[in-house]
Amino acid sequence: MENMITLTIDNRAVSVPKGTTVLDAAASIGINIPALCHMDLKGTCVKNSPASCRICVVEVEGRRNLAPSCATLVTEGMVVRTNSARVVKARKTVAELILSDHPNDCLTCPKCNDCELQKLVTRFNIRRMTYKGEQSVRKKEETAAITRNMDKCILCRRCETVCNQVQTVGVLGAVRRGFETTIAPTFDRMFKDTDCTYCGQCVAVCPTGALTERDNTDRLLDDLCNPDKIVIAQPAPAVRVALGEEFGMEPGTIVTGKLATSLRYLGFDYVFDTDFAADLTIMEEGAEILHRLQAYLGGNKGVKLPIMTSCCPAWVNFYEHNYPDLLEYPSSAKSPAQMFGAIAKNYWAQKMGIPREKLVVVSIMPCLAKKYECEREEFSVNGNPDVDYSISTRELARLIKRSNIDFKSLPDTDFDTPMGESSGAGAIFGATGGVMEAALRTVYEVYTGKTLPRLEFTDVRGLDGIKEATIDLNGFQLKVCVAHTLGNARILMDKLRAGELNYHVVEIMACPGGCIGGAGQPYHHGNVEILKARSRAIYREDEGKPIRKSHENPDIKQLYKVYLGEPLGELSEKLLHTHYFDKSIK
Amino acid sequence: MKVSCEALRQVEAICRKFGNDSGELISILHECQNTLGYLPEEVQRVIARELGIPASKVYGVVTFYSFFSMVPKGKYPVSVCLGTACYVRGSDKVLEEFKRVLGIEVGETTPDGKFSLDCLRCVGACGLAPVATIGEKVYGRLNPSDIKKIIAEFED
Repeated sequence: MENMITLTIDNRAVSVPKGTTVLDAAASIGINIPALCHMDLKGTCVKNSPASCRICVVEVEGRRNLAPSCATLVTEGMVVRTNSARVVKARKTVAELILSDHPNDCLTCPKCNDCELQKLVTRFNIRRMTYKGEQSVRKKEETAAITRNMDKCILCRRCETVCNQVQTVGVLGAVRRGFETTIAPTFDRMFKDTDCTYCGQCVAVCPTGALTERDNTDRLLDDLCNPDKIVIAQPAPAVRVALGEEFGMEPGTIVTGKLATSLRYLGFDYVFDTDFAADLTIMEEGAEILHRLQAYLGGNKGVKLPIMTSCCPAWVNFYEHNYPDLLEYPSSAKSPAQMFGAIAKNYWAQKMGIPREKLVVVSIMPCLAKKYECEREEFSVNGNPDVDYSISTRELARLIKRSNIDFKSLPDTDFDTPMGESSGAGAIFGATGGVMEAALRTVYEVYTGKTLPRLEFTDVRGLDGIKEATIDLNGFQLKVCVAHTLGNARILMDKLRAGELNYHVVEIMACPGGCIGGAGQPYHHGNVEILKARSRAIYREDEGKPIRKSHENPDIKQLYKVYLGEPLGELSEKLLHTHYFDKSIK
Repeated sequence: MKVSCEALRQVEAICRKFGNDSGELISILHECQNTLGYLPEEVQRVIARELGIPASKVYGVVTFYSFFSMVPKGKYPVSVCLGTACYVRGSDKVLEEFKRVLGIEVGETTPDGKFSLDCLRCVGACGLAPVATIGEKVYGRLNPSDIKKIIAEFED
């Protein structure tokens, strides 16, 4: 084992592969060295290791100064102490110095109880503010999706790393120097005046309350208590495999039934399901895929291939800002959440005799960009949006706690009809590759007229950044590609621009792992196992469904029969499709 | 203020001269600032595009180094040394007097575009402390009461 290194950490011998950091070596034997700026979502491209906070320092025998364990590689025979008095005191001092320029308003901070700095303060037994210094006063901003309060920023650079290296959006960066240093959008602008896609991954990794979601819970509470409003809910696929975490349940616990019950107890008049609209998306997007393929096979050279999915609102923003020359490639299908809104405020409201302005459609999403999507002008009629607003998984959990509901002991209930029934294909939208797999189940059967021998397309599952597969459609080899994170999307889009992208269908999701890793989900705090558990749960949910193909969902069939007509028909085009804008900064 | 197309062509040419290498960002910024006198947003965007790096990164570097400026420098750029030797001999008071006489803050330019005011750390003439430079000219052993007269030298 020449590539193994043996060292001693806190008097215990440990052997780890060459190239391992002291931090990881210690973790392998259950020694949990505290860290703050460091974040490594192993198996994905999310990694931040600037060694700037100095919280993770350790004592290395023979070395004069303390070493940051996140950036120090193991060497043969190394002797490390992670808990000597010198280390413990130094670590505490570092935390105290960070606190000296922090607002310390934890009682009312939106990140209270989820803040990594707050956890360290408790862990280090800091019971008073040791140092008093000058306080930074930095810009604050509330966008449709993200709230920014950089007074709480500890300059860990995690947001800068995800924005630039993972997402390649390139908006957030450190500006100025010394005490004046702040993390700000390019040219100190507001997010809304930059290429920000509102993917929210900066929020997902922020250790403190500097970057958080825009909170819509008070607005929702007001609507739920207003007797003049009919308030209806649509939770996304990824919410039901993560919400339980907020109540101490194991990651990957499926809480679909409790979710429906909790929404009823909160006072929603009807509890429907975005999964239903995911099936509807497959009907429209699937028809569009078939339409373009048939044109292509019929010899039409002008047809735009690959067709790309358009469910993810951050991805939509990304190509509107960065690839305005390629706007004809993405499917024109609206996202499931917006399709739901359009059907609810037109078909269902008419059927129920509810005036549009009385109806409040609320989406519960794993996502922050959805909040922005609700505000897009093209998704409203006379200023009344199809989806009034969106709350995140975290916000729903807060509202449940506030409303005295003991989530864990709730009975299971079903969603209401007619917009609550869904197939397993709709359920898997929440994981990267899910939309592709759902589309393939339908496209295969409609195109070939045959029943799929095996429903699972495992090639497009999992956390690999870019996945590809080839599917035989009666002799035609359909080539598909699935990517998650916007950095991987950029790789594909640059190839497309260069004329080198040889696929027929491409799925893109902005967040690592897809919606299960969305910025509105319970914080993962760098633990990739949480994302994996959610992903496994998504596929379990699919397996447990009696119907697993969108085109076999009886409520979808009924909707086309009594109202829409056919996919890509006149009414479907009007309600379920959209168009894109050139938003590049000139 | 709009940057001329010609100026942006010059910026592109400078980037090309350095092989559009992102490792040469600081050299490119220096040369652009020497050529144009300042580094406005549009120039930084062109550099970012040419080097294939986010504009946020270019902006981060421009704001980090005090030498770089996003506002045009005056015809006569004033720099007051705040290095240790000058500081202990009262250069802070000299700086205050420049601010008062010119009516601008550090990093600003007078509305007529004539003078800009900056601080720097040591010009290597500590024996003359406190020191200020105007353009290429160095003024030593300054007293706040000298400033008005010195500025008057530059009035056309």
